[in-house]
Amino acid sequence: MDFILIQFLTGLANASALFLIASGLTVIFGVTRIVNFAHGSFYMLGAYLTWTITRALWDWSGREPALFIAGILLAALAVGAIGALIEIVLLRRIYRAPELFQLLATFGVVLMIQDIALAVWGPEDLPLPRPPWLRRFVEIAGSRFPQYDLILIFVGPAVLALLWFLFQRTRFGVLVRAATQDREMVAALGVDQRVLFTGVFFLGSTLAGLGGAIVLPSQSAFLQMDLAIIAEAFVVVVVGGLGSVPGAFLAALLIAQVQAFGIVLVPKATLVLVFLVMAIVLMIRPYGLLGRPQAHARAATGAVEPVIRPAPAILGWAGAAALLVAAAAPFFAGPYMVTVLVELAVFVLFAASLHFMMGPGGIVSFGHAAYFGLGAYGAALGLRYLAVPMEAGIVLAPLLAGAFGLVFGWFAVRLSGVYLAMLTLAFAQIVWAAAFQWVEFTGGDNGILGVWPSEWAREKGAYLWLALALCIGATLLLRRIIYAPFGYALRATRDSELRAEAIGLNAVRIRLGAFVIAALGAGLAGGVYAYAKGSVFPTYISIPKSIDALLMVLLGGVQTVSGPVVGALAFHTLFLTVLQAFTWWRFILGFAIVLLVLAFPQGIAGFVRQRWERARGLEAA
Amino acid sequence: MSVTVLEAHGLSKRFGGVHAVNDVSLWVHAGEMLALIGPNGAGKSTCFNLLNGQLRADAGEVRLLGQPLTGLPPRAIWRLGVGRTFQITATFASMTVRENIQCALLSHHGRIWTFWRAARRQFVAESDALLAQVGMLEQADRPCGVLAYGDLKRVELAMALANEPKLLLMDEPTAGMAPSERIALMELTRSLVRARGLACLFTEHDMDVVFGHADRIIVMNRGALIAEGDAASVRGNPAVREVYLGSGETSGGH
Repeated sequence: MDFILIQFLTGLANASALFLIASGLTVIFGVTRIVNFAHGSFYMLGAYLTWTITRALWDWSGREPALFIAGILLAALAVGAIGALIEIVLLRRIYRAPELFQLLATFGVVLMIQDIALAVWGPEDLPLPRPPWLRRFVEIAGSRFPQYDLILIFVGPAVLALLWFLFQRTRFGVLVRAATQDREMVAALGVDQRVLFTGVFFLGSTLAGLGGAIVLPSQSAFLQMDLAIIAEAFVVVVVGGLGSVPGAFLAALLIAQVQAFGIVLVPKATLVLVFLVMAIVLMIRPYGLLGRPQAHARAATGAVEPVIRPAPAILGWAGAAALLVAAAAPFFAGPYMVTVLVELAVFVLFAASLHFMMGPGGIVSFGHAAYFGLGAYGAALGLRYLAVPMEAGIVLAPLLAGAFGLVFGWFAVRLSGVYLAMLTLAFAQIVWAAAFQWVEFTGGDNGILGVWPSEWAREKGAYLWLALALCIGATLLLRRIIYAPFGYALRATRDSELRAEAIGLNAVRIRLGAFVIAALGAGLAGGVYAYAKGSVFPTYISIPKSIDALLMVLLGGVQTVSGPVVGALAFHTLFLTVLQAFTWWRFILGFAIVLLVLAFPQGIAGFVRQRWERARGLEAA
Repeated sequence: MSVTVLEAHGLSKRFGGVHAVNDVSLWVHAGEMLALIGPNGAGKSTCFNLLNGQLRADAGEVRLLGQPLTGLPPRAIWRLGVGRTFQITATFASMTVRENIQCALLSHHGRIWTFWRAARRQFVAESDALLAQVGMLEQADRPCGVLAYGDLKRVELAMALANEPKLLLMDEPTAGMAPSERIALMELTRSLVRARGLACLFTEHDMDVVFGHADRIIVMNRGALIAEGDAASVRGNPAVREVYLGSGETSGGH
């Protein structure tokens, strides 16, 4: 009994911090419709700034409780100011961009802040010693419970009450609620949206900063805080219902309790458990506990996807020439170059498979790395437990990924937009967590080593030919499907589901088909990658890996068939040549993403096609 | 007497306390143009959506050539031979006009789940024949996303004809079109209905279109049918006049 009470109280304490972060995220989303990846970075900055400010205050005048609280509040307000600044400088320019580009831009900010934090605070974890008045314990049911956690329990409800007051009793709050329901209407009524949006960003970022500040005394400030918390915050926001603050509160309680009890009952599966809860909630209530179906942001972009015409012959010749040069590489290039070419072939297929569902299908996945990783693990686990040779492993890889694609896709394709993206992210995190935590089966963080090709393909040149044949062959097949009736049907469901159903198409089943095909492709890429590297690790399934795929597709241009190929080549080459040469490569990459979103939204191939069509007087829709 | 293609009996639909459609029965013969008219909020669109499967009726049944349609999803109803055009046009904007028709033809011939042969090489002659019928052949290679509204309506009509339907359901076919275009589209529809022996049910706000092109007219008000007959009899019907013009007796009531 006592154990249950203590775990319950711990859960309540953790819920507070989780609620602060999630409420900020949900308020920002409700009004601006931006899913802010950088919210985790604001949380991290909150912790770091509290560390700096509180210690400065202590140096100045002893360890008074008032100074500690002042330090926390100052740090939160500073984070709020940083958030407002980012809104003014960057996000204000992309409110009309497609959701995906906004997400990517905020991810660019994540990368930049990571390097800034590294430069300012260094790589070590920074703990903040608790002042003596916070170190006490209270006796509860015979156990010692930290007094600080007891205080934290009340922070969440207090902030909820404050937010309630703000939203119900102030003009700003009324405007925020109105804009959450219908921001066009609020604009039509003459409200200055810019001030409102900046204000909302200030509020949301302050809450994130406060969340980071209050967890600092129980943990330390460290560099991976941002992505660790953002996945959890997304879960809370989505479970609660996007845009709903009370929903975020309920969801924070739920998730924190699941974590508190999960860590005792099923210590190996806490991460899986959280995402499982989310998946179950979304299946029963597709818009979260207290969420409502999104009112469509009217004429958000007005952009129409362009017509896909047959590729000009010159493109085919250029592709064939490039392939020929790549295949001849073992005769004139060194082993490093050959290794790089194998990687390029793998990433071309990885990007093309994501593009297949994202471009023609309009199904934006934030967890495509799951299928890449499942392919890699399929090959590795097959070797470890069934001793299957490479030839069978290469078949097993896409099959395992495809099977999971069928299961996850069955749930995912019923949703759309942000909920779909978040559910795919959640599924990817489940797979990642399984690979990471289930050490006995998957080797955990150490991965699985010794995944080598069969004798005949062990020589680098031979493996390159195998990789080219499989990856480029599969990519060409995907391309073929886009031009085949199935590809047209897929685009039909994206363009107008109403009309698609009215000509007899089963939109859900077609989207599921595309999901599975994309998973098969990514799985094959993962399998080929596993044998090329000789090992598999959970990082193959991580969020950054999924983002890599998105970047490749967007860099190349999501609305062209050749885009993912160009994007994968450009991204990986850029990564190997430019980025690896710089210490601060994350900052540069983040900056490049932001620039890409601002200046080059149609991608490289999209840009070239636009010029091509214009020069030939072709009508582009 | 020609065949009865569409039959509906006792259709009813409630939205909370509102009886949007109340015990409506109607039928359409082959080769007949039936207009469904009524003031705003009369329940026309709801009635329409009960027929095409977009909404599920609380009571009543719909039959196509004797076969029950009640409870089927729109795609199944299409497969049984019902072509539709929408009040606000819905076409595939990222495809050319011809590709839109090809999509409908591919679906009709069960070729959607094929992954090899290029779609644009299939059913070219058939789609061009359909486009020629609606006068859109010259624009076959233009993207639907850039077409004028009246042209989109004609593309929709061609798509609706792609599965050799027995029944055409057209929700405000001429809304948003210029007057001359309206006449042209309805003349075209009428000749297709006659030539192919289709049954056609349409809703319409433009009374010139209704009285000029419908063989028969049914009138709805507040969810119920209040009149039925040819143009002259509906025009002279006092109940219809009251609904459209108001008599002063009922308008003050509530």
